[in-house]
Amino acid sequence: MNIAKPNSYRSGPDEGGHFGIFGGRFVAETLMPLILDLEKAYAAAKADPAFQAEMNGYLKHYVGRPSPLYFAERLTEHLGGAKIYFKREELNHTGSHKVNNVLGQIMLARRMGKKRIIAETGAGQHGVATATLCARFGLECVVYMGAVDVERQQPNVIRMEMLGAKVFPVQSGTRTLKDAMNEALRDWVTNVHNTFYCIGTVAGPHPYPTLVRDFQSVIGSETKVQMQEVEGRLPDSLVACIGGGSNAMGLFHPFLDDPTVEIFGVEAAGHGLTQLHAASIAGGRPGVLHGNRTYLLMNEDGQIQDAHSISAGLDYPGIGPEHSWLHEIGRVKYLSATDDEALEAFQLLSRLEGIIPALEPAHAIAKVMELAPKRPKDHLMVVNLSGRGDKDVPQVGDILKGKKK
Amino acid sequence: MTTRIDTRFAELKKQGRSAFVTFLMAGDPDLATSLEIIKALPKAGADVIEIGMPFTDPMADGPSIQAAGLRALNGGMTLKKTLELVRGFRKGDDATPIVLMGYYNPIYIYGVDKFLSDAKTAGVDGLIIVDLPPEEDEELCKPALKAGLNFIRLATPTTDDKRLPAVLANTSGFVYYVSITGITGAAAADSTAVSEAVARIKRHTKLPVCVGFGIRTPDTARAIASHADGAVVGTALVDALRGSLDSQGRATAKTVNAVADLAASLAQGVRGAQQAAE
Ligand SMILES: Cc1ncc(COP(=O)(O)O)c(C=O)c1O
Repeated sequence: MNIAKPNSYRSGPDEGGHFGIFGGRFVAETLMPLILDLEKAYAAAKADPAFQAEMNGYLKHYVGRPSPLYFAERLTEHLGGAKIYFKREELNHTGSHKVNNVLGQIMLARRMGKKRIIAETGAGQHGVATATLCARFGLECVVYMGAVDVERQQPNVIRMEMLGAKVFPVQSGTRTLKDAMNEALRDWVTNVHNTFYCIGTVAGPHPYPTLVRDFQSVIGSETKVQMQEVEGRLPDSLVACIGGGSNAMGLFHPFLDDPTVEIFGVEAAGHGLTQLHAASIAGGRPGVLHGNRTYLLMNEDGQIQDAHSISAGLDYPGIGPEHSWLHEIGRVKYLSATDDEALEAFQLLSRLEGIIPALEPAHAIAKVMELAPKRPKDHLMVVNLSGRGDKDVPQVGDILKGKKK
Repeated sequence: MTTRIDTRFAELKKQGRSAFVTFLMAGDPDLATSLEIIKALPKAGADVIEIGMPFTDPMADGPSIQAAGLRALNGGMTLKKTLELVRGFRKGDDATPIVLMGYYNPIYIYGVDKFLSDAKTAGVDGLIIVDLPPEEDEELCKPALKAGLNFIRLATPTTDDKRLPAVLANTSGFVYYVSITGITGAAAADSTAVSEAVARIKRHTKLPVCVGFGIRTPDTARAIASHADGAVVGTALVDALRGSLDSQGRATAKTVNAVADLAASLAQGVRGAQQAAE
């Protein structure tokens, strides 16, 4: 078992891919050889300066990094407490943080000679990012998406198809993200010889939680530099929403060993924690699913329970294993926001800052509305604005119309 | 230790024939019918019985077995009741080996030690857990061996000669060779490829090698059984069961026989095989 080394929360995982009791490699034998190959290929790529240099080139000229760190003056004034900054991941090419990770994985797939890419997607942002980079590098792309999510995130389905990807609506189970992941795993087991599975968050079998975290850590690393530039010091707190937890881990990881930085992850509380929700830490316990041990929503028999969130990107009954560990050792505080709170934050941000956020980071903003007023005016708070709301405009429009009637 | 599985394969070897291994989902479509079906299997010719432990997210299974698991769960099936099912079967049959097959989470939540002792008491002989590769042997495989249960591992076409020793290290009872890369219910591999793969595995182990995934007909069963120590049939039996249900998905008077009759004809196929020369 891996206990955090003294003075470092950043040293995990161990060679077996464990963060404390979490993580691991719980997959079918068919996939094991490939997962071991991937681990090797990633270690080699990490040690190869040419890989990093090529990636940095695409991050700058294709993705549009660094993303700005923006002082949200009107929101700060409105809430009357902490000074609020947004890390503008929604300005990335394809509209969210997902592209950071996909770029890294697609470059790995190319190194490994894989020509066919599969992905699962909830909100469609990971699917769009994958479809985009497959188009850019001439790779075949297949995306699994729950049928419910295909309905509520239509704009992204259309985008993926325009980019040349095949989108398969998944009809099994709850027909959301968890089932899309099952279906992607079934495809991978079947087509393991030529296929690379591009996972969209810091979950799945080792080494995925680690490599996705590493690719997303560009968010926190830039934030550190940018905060030094504008304020001359580290931020006092960080806030990010959690589906599987990749945008959060990307922002948090570079700060984990800075003890003055308070860190908050925000899960989706759906209709409320005593009803249908998607808050695995607040309402779940450790179990094994999708290749890793982590906090999961399940019944007393170990059957996975349906998650619910208004936001397709947070509608998942699990969370990345490193988050489960950070929760248990108490380094990160996990909060939750309901559908209604997220909708309110969505509207507030649109009106005050002229930024229509995705429903996912609207959950983070909802908790900022609670946290910021209680902090002093010299408190520096960074919120990860993980995606823009274009994909949610039709859905939220319908909800708001319904509410007015 | 010698388990019912070891004894059964030793007997079959003496008789010079391969095993017919059946798979059905526990509690599909309800506990009582499920018990009637597995009771009927040995008479139909089953030499080893695999029983699926239903799980909401069976990521290596095809649509038929997924649906069977959901039928069982909707009917109130639990892991505890799966063990009751085995206990019920053992009342009338103390010889046919029973292997539970499924995913790790329900066992992890039940509690590994409690599960192993309850399973042993109920009359379970072996476990096949799809999402526990040798890299995770500490979780269940090693405790199971200590508790006197066989831990049967899957080997696949991606398990090359370099990896096979790791896969076989803590395997006992038999080796389950998955003849294709794919999910349950997919097309069968051709028998030449199977025969080469079985020969390859046998260079690494003395354990019997059973082959499954994609066997649907007596003819395929015969072809596979002529190259392996056993042929496993799951999806075809599950489909026969489903075909006998009423429009609400409930068992009918035909259900038990629908499964037993197909099992009997598959068993004939297996028994018609000339077993591979060693
Ligand atoms: C904009 C946005 N933010 C957040 C998420 C949640 O994923 P994660 O927690 O991995 O960042 C998604 C997932 O689709 C998303 O599209």
